[in-house]
Amino acid sequence: MMKKMVLRRIAIGFATLVVVSIIVFLMTSVLPGDVAQIILGQSATPETLAALRKELGMDQPGYVRYFQWLGNMATGDLGISKAGGATIESLISGRLGNTMVMSGLVAAISIPISIALGLWAAMHPGALLDRIVTFGTLSLISVPEFFIATILVLILAVELHWLPATTYLTGDETFLEFFKAMAMPLITLVIVVSAQMIRMTRAGILNVMSSPYIEMAILKGVPRRRIILRHAFFNAIGPIVNVIALNLAYLVSGVVVVETIFSYPGLAKLMIDGVQTRDLPLVQACAMIFCGAYVILILMADVASIMSNPRLRNPK
Amino acid sequence: MQKEKLVEVKDLKINAKNDDGDVIPIVKGVSFDIHKGEVVALIGESGSGKTTISLASLAYTKPGLYFAGGELLVDGEDMLKAEPLRTREIRGSKVAYLAQSAAATFNPAITIGEQVTESAVLHGLLSQNEADKRAVELYHALELPDPERIGFRYPHQVSGGQLQRLMAAMALCGKPDLMVLDEPTTALDVTTQIEVLKAFKKVIHEENSAAIYVTHDLAVVAQIADYIVVLYGGEVMEQGNADEIINNPGHVYTQRLMAAVRPKPQAGLGSSVGVEHEREIPAIRITDMTAGYGGIVNGEPKIPILRDVNVSVKNGHVVGVIGESGCGKSTLARVMAGLLPQARGTVELDAVELDGDLRNRKLEELQKIQFVFQMADTALNPKQVIGDIIGRPLEFYHGLKGKQKHAKVVEILEMVELPADFASRYPMELSGGQKQRVNMARSLAANPEVMLCDEVTSALDSIVGANVIKLLTALRDKTGVSFVFISHDLSTVASFADEIVVLYAGRVVEQGPTDEVLTPPYHPYTRLLISSVPELRLGWLEDTMQKREMSVGIAKDVEITSVGCPFFNRCPIGIEGACEKQNPPVRDLSSGHQITCHRTIEELEAVEFEVQKALASQNADEALV
Repeated sequence: MMKKMVLRRIAIGFATLVVVSIIVFLMTSVLPGDVAQIILGQSATPETLAALRKELGMDQPGYVRYFQWLGNMATGDLGISKAGGATIESLISGRLGNTMVMSGLVAAISIPISIALGLWAAMHPGALLDRIVTFGTLSLISVPEFFIATILVLILAVELHWLPATTYLTGDETFLEFFKAMAMPLITLVIVVSAQMIRMTRAGILNVMSSPYIEMAILKGVPRRRIILRHAFFNAIGPIVNVIALNLAYLVSGVVVVETIFSYPGLAKLMIDGVQTRDLPLVQACAMIFCGAYVILILMADVASIMSNPRLRNPK
Repeated sequence: MQKEKLVEVKDLKINAKNDDGDVIPIVKGVSFDIHKGEVVALIGESGSGKTTISLASLAYTKPGLYFAGGELLVDGEDMLKAEPLRTREIRGSKVAYLAQSAAATFNPAITIGEQVTESAVLHGLLSQNEADKRAVELYHALELPDPERIGFRYPHQVSGGQLQRLMAAMALCGKPDLMVLDEPTTALDVTTQIEVLKAFKKVIHEENSAAIYVTHDLAVVAQIADYIVVLYGGEVMEQGNADEIINNPGHVYTQRLMAAVRPKPQAGLGSSVGVEHEREIPAIRITDMTAGYGGIVNGEPKIPILRDVNVSVKNGHVVGVIGESGCGKSTLARVMAGLLPQARGTVELDAVELDGDLRNRKLEELQKIQFVFQMADTALNPKQVIGDIIGRPLEFYHGLKGKQKHAKVVEILEMVELPADFASRYPMELSGGQKQRVNMARSLAANPEVMLCDEVTSALDSIVGANVIKLLTALRDKTGVSFVFISHDLSTVASFADEIVVLYAGRVVEQGPTDEVLTPPYHPYTRLLISSVPELRLGWLEDTMQKREMSVGIAKDVEITSVGCPFFNRCPIGIEGACEKQNPPVRDLSSGHQITCHRTIEELEAVEFEVQKALASQNADEALV
C-alpha cells in the first residue's frame, strides 16, 4: 500500500519533469532571435545565418530537436553554450556548487530554528514571545526580500562596516573570510524562509492541539511540553515538511533577487545572464535543474508525510 | 458496613462566560458523595451539566467554563483549588478519564501500548517494564484478543469495541482511585455495547475502583451503577440507590426519562401503515444491487460492500434499515441517491430506471430523492442563516424567489415545528435537536418523494430523538413522503418503521413488515440484535450473557465473505459444511417476509421453542427459590 503510493508519487514526479521539459523547450523556441543571429551579429547575411543554423542543427523539425535535446540532457550532455562556446556543464557546475552551498547553509540554519521557534510559540500561545514571533514573522513575510537585503546592507555594511556588501569568493579564503563573505545573503535568506516555516509549524501544531486526543493527554496529566513534542508534533509533520520543501526549492531557484543584490555567483543569476545573451541551451539547462530540484524536494516531502502517517506505515 | 467516602461534592457551581462577558450558570449547586468501590451514575439529557461535573473531579473545565463555588473533595483534597502542577499529578494517577469516542481519543501516531502506559510511567507510579506488564494483565482482564501483542499495534489496527476497552486499560493502568466514564458505550452498536459493558463491569469490580458513569441511557445505567444522580439543567432532580431509582422513581423528570427508554423491540410498537398514500408501483426500488468502493473490475467492485441487495419502498412507507456499523447501511442510501454508482443492479424511481451516477440524473429525479445526513453540525453551512439553508432547494428546484421563497421557508419551518423567526438565525445558535430539524427541513423543501435518513437520531438524546421520530411520522402522514430510515438502533426503527431490512456484511439477511420481522421465527442475527438491546432492569446484563447466542455472537469480528453465509462465524445454529460453503437460500414466509438462512423455517421455529422452554424453566426455578 505504502510502497504503491510512493512509487505512484515517483511516477508523477517523472511525468511532471517531462511535461516541464516540453514547456521549457517550447517557450525557449518561441523567444525572438536565435543564437546564430547573436553569434554573427548585425552584419550577418542571410546565407551565413542559414549555414550556421544548419551547422547547429537548428533546421531540423522541432520534435527531432526536442528529443535530441532530451536525450543529451538525460545522458548528462547539457550542450555547448551558444554564446561563448564553453560547455554548459563547465558554466553550470561552479555556479551549481555555489547555490548548493548557500541553500545548504540556509537550510541547516533555518530549519532547526524555525521548528524550535514554531514549537516554542505553540507551547505558549498568547505569551509575549509567541506574540512577538507571530507579529514578527507576519511582517517579514509581507516585506519583499530585496527590501530586507537592502536594509541589511545599509545597516551592516554601509553604517557599521561589519560585513562586505557583496559576496566575492576566490576559492582560497580562510573559514572566517568565507563566513564573512557569505553572511549577508545568508542572513537575508534565513530571515525570508524562516518566517514562513515558523508560522506553518506553529499553525500545524495548534491545529492538532484542538483534537480530542490532545484533551485526553491533558486529562492523563501529561505535561504540555510532552504533549506538543510527542503527541502533537508527529501528527503535524505532513504540512510542516511540505512547507519546508517549498522553501528549500525556493532557495535553489528563486533567490535571483538576493543573488543579484549581493552579486553572489549562483545558478539563478547565471540563468538571468543566459536570458540576456539569448543563450537558449543554458536557459533550458538551468530551468530543468530548477524544476528537477522542485520535483525532488516535493517528492521527498510527500514521501515523508506518507511515512509519518501510521495508517499507511502500518496497514491493518 | 458504611464504606469510606472517596469523593464529596458539596454545592458545586460552574459557570460559563460567553464572548459578550455574560455569565451563564451551567452547574447550579450540586451535591453528592462517592464511596470507595462504588459506581455512581450521572444521568440526564445533554445540557444537564453531567459531563461538566464529571470533568470537575479531574480539576478540569472545558474552555470557557470556570469554577464558581462549592467544593469537590477527592480524598479530602479540593479539586477546585488545585494548583496547575498538582492537577497534573492528580490526573491519570488519582482520577482517570474515559471519553465517549475511543477512536478520537487515541492518538493515531502512537502505539496503543505507549498510550496505555504513558500516564502511569510519567507519574512515576510504575517503571516502563512494570507498566507494560500491568497493561498486559489488564488486556487479559478486559478479554482483548492477543493481549501479549495488542500493545504494539496502532489505534487504527483494532476495532471500535476493542479500542473502547483499551481506553479502560489506559485509565486503569495507574490504578486510579476514581474513574470517570463519559458516555463510553453511547456510540457503539448494541452488540458491541454489551461486550464493552461486561468488560467494564468486571474490571471495575476486580480493581475495586470507584467510578463516575456519565450517560443519558437509563437502561445502561441499570446494568452498571450502584447509585444514581439524576440531573436536569445543572441541578440534581433526584438521587439514590440504583434499585430505588430504577424500580421506584420519585421525581417527575426521572419518570419522563424512564418513559423515553426505548422499549424492547417487538411487534406492535410501530404506527399503523399509512395506506392512503399507497400506489401500485414502489416509490423507489433497488434490484440485485452490488456496490462497493475502489473502482469496478469485471462488474465487481474492488472492495465490495453490498451484495445482491433487493429493497423496495412503497409510497408513504417507512423502511428501516438496521445492522451493525460497517454492514453497508449508509452505502445503500448512497447508491439510492446516486452518490455511489453501483457495479451491478438497478435503481428505479416510480418504476423508471435511474442512472447510477447522480451527475447524469435529471433535475426532477434529483429533487425527488433527498438525503438527510447524520451530523447536522457538519451538514449545515455555519455561515448561512437558516432561511438561506432552507431557501436554497426552493430556489434550485422550484425557482422560488424573494417574498414567495420566504413564505415557503416559514411554512416549512412550521412543518418541522420551528418558529418562523429562526429563518434569520445561524445554525450555531440552535440546539442539537433544532439543528437536526433544520437538516430535515432542507430536504423537505425540495418536496421529495423519498427521504433517505442516515442515522438522523443517533447523535441525539433519547427524549429529543423521540420527538424527531414523532415529527417524521407526522410528516409522512401529511405529505406521503417515503422514508428510508437507517439506524443501528433497533428500538427506534421498531417504533417507527412499516418495514424492516436487516443487513449483515452487505447482504439482506431478513426483511419484511415490522411486526413480522420482530416476531419469531427470527434470523439468528436478528435474534442477536434483539437480545442485545439493554432492558431497564437490574441484572439484565448477567442474564443475557448466559444465553448461548451471546457466547457465540458477541465480541467477534464481522467476516466479509464472497461465498457462504457471512454470519456463520457468529451463528449459534450454523451447519458446518453447508453454511460457510454455499450461499443461503431466501425463504419466503407470509406477506413479503423473507429470511435468508440455511435453516428451514421449521428449524428456526424449533429454536424459538427451545428458548421459550428454557426461559419458562428458569422462571419456574426462580419462583421456587
